Formats: sequence, C-alpha cells, structure tokens
Amino acid sequence: MTARAIVGEKVGMTHVWDEQNRFIPVTVIRVTTMRVLKAKTTESDGYSALQVAYGSKKRSKLTKPELGQFDKAGIEPGRGIIEFRLDDVSSFNVGDELKADVLAAGEFVDVTAISKGHGFSGGMKRHNFKGQGGGHGNHKHHRAPGSIGACATPGRVFKGTKMAGQYGGVKVTTMNLEVVQADAERELVLVKGSVPGPKGGQVVIRSAVKGGK
Amino acid sequence: MQATDIIDQDSLRSDIPEFAPGDTLKVHVRVVEGTRERVQIFQGAVIRRQGSGVRETFTVRKVSFGVGVERTFPLHTPIIAMIEVVTRGDVRRAKLYYLRDRVGKAAKIKEKR
Repeated sequence: MTARAIVGEKVGMTHVWDEQNRFIPVTVIRVTTMRVLKAKTTESDGYSALQVAYGSKKRSKLTKPELGQFDKAGIEPGRGIIEFRLDDVSSFNVGDELKADVLAAGEFVDVTAISKGHGFSGGMKRHNFKGQGGGHGNHKHHRAPGSIGACATPGRVFKGTKMAGQYGGVKVTTMNLEVVQADAERELVLVKGSVPGPKGGQVVIRSAVKGGK
Repeated sequence: MQATDIIDQDSLRSDIPEFAPGDTLKVHVRVVEGTRERVQIFQGAVIRRQGSGVRETFTVRKVSFGVGVERTFPLHTPIIAMIEVVTRGDVRRAKLYYLRDRVGKAAKIKEKR
C-alpha cells in the first residue's frame, strides 16, 4: 500500500536542466484539483482507501445516481471517480481538495497507466525479434519469427513462448521515477523519465512501493 | 504550439545573440573542475543549427592542432556562459558539412560584407 497518490493526464515529454546544469528528460503530467468523495476505513468498509473525484463535468451530462454521489459529499461533479488504496486516510475529510503539491520534488513514485495499444502485432514489433533476411531465396518469411521450439522432444510448444499477439493496451506500472517538480499553481508534475500511455492518457502516480533507488 | 511549452518557457534563454551557419563564434563554456568553476572558450565556425524551441542545438567546428573538432551545444543550455559572434560568414547552405572534407585555405568561409 502507498502513502500518497494522485491522478493526472500525460501531457508529453520535454527536458529541463537541474541546478548542476545536468540535462534531465522529464514527462509532464497535468494534475488538476481532486476532491475527496469518501474516505474508506477498515472499520466501516473493511479496507482503507480514498475515493476522489477529478476534472469537471456538466451537471446535465450526469445521471441521477452519479449526481447523487457528488451531491451527498457536497462537491463539484467530476469527470471521473477514482479510488486509491492508502495506508492512512484519517487525515482526510469529505470535500478536501488535493493538488499536485501532495508530492514533493526529489521523492520517488510509481506511475501506472494503460500503455499505448499496438493491436495484434508480429514478433518483430512486439518482442524485438530480428526477422529474417531479404534475399538468398527467402520468400514471404521476411518478418516471420523462425523456430518456436524443438522436434519430437518435447513435441509441443512451451507455454509463454514469445509470438505474435495483442501488444499494448494493458495496465503498466513504471516504478521508482523521481519527481523533478510538483507545481500546484500550474497544476503540473514533472517526473524524470518516461511513463506508459499516450499523450492525454490518464496516469495514476503513487509513492514508490519499493522505497526509491 | 506544443503542450509542453509551458515547461519549456522556464528553460529558454533570452541572451542568445542572433547567429547563423557560417558565422564564427566564441562560445564561453562553463567547466567545473572539482569544486571550482572556470570558463573555457571554444571558438569556431557554426556548421549547423537544427531543432526548435528548447530542443534547438548548434554545432561549432574548429581545427585544433590539425584535427577537426566539432562540438554540439543545446542552444539554451546553462553551461554556456556567453556566446560572442566574431564574424558573419557569407555561405549559401544551411548545413556546412562540406567543410569537413576541406583543409587550409579551401576551408575558409568568406566574410559577409
């Protein structure tokens, strides 16, 4: 479980220079204000978690059951609701606002998102297979995977053998990324390195579970 | 307009003089040696400028003890203390890679007048 978590939108990558003039590649993540919808505790719900609403949506675009949740908490309707499993939610009250400054520069985080979908892809794209040559009588097998196993022993293809298939579009977590900057005023978080997913995709940032480098 | 421009604005420098390929520059580079910092000058001709925004880079070529040395700098890097334009060159191309194959007088760039 984690200490802190926020949800944001991947904006894109760029770079900054640190105070020692070193080049740092960063991913820019936009983190708009999140509003606490419900603080779940072990006593009331059997586990500890924080439900927050993020973004904004017109009241007329919401169904009555959706609207009911926001009205009960007395907060502005959000584009979505997300639940974070947190260690301790006793410090949060319904209606509290969470901003990018939940995180601080220098701390390590895990970033989770749905990776870019590549559809049904061959071995070359999906597993970086080398493919086969272009000449020497090769015909229609330029991007084929080659051998996928031995002959009568074992007489079958091992489970988990790398082959063509659905590539991307699954939940991926990149661990131990350093927060370079967390700016609540501009609603931006800069994370060192790359994070999964396309630009505009939703990403969840949580404090690192493996305790930094 | 890129979505990340809002971050790039912080890194952009406004003290970069106007220069183009063919110009001779004195690039004052900050060099950190242990704890103290000093400025080293790299003087040569600009043979390339590429990219835009915070990603823009330029390459300076000089011939040092008979060996050609090229150094590529990000235009907005903080390790550059100052850029001095020594001469303006009169060239017809944006990328002066042909200088690599030339030595001596043939590698001279005409000055703009």
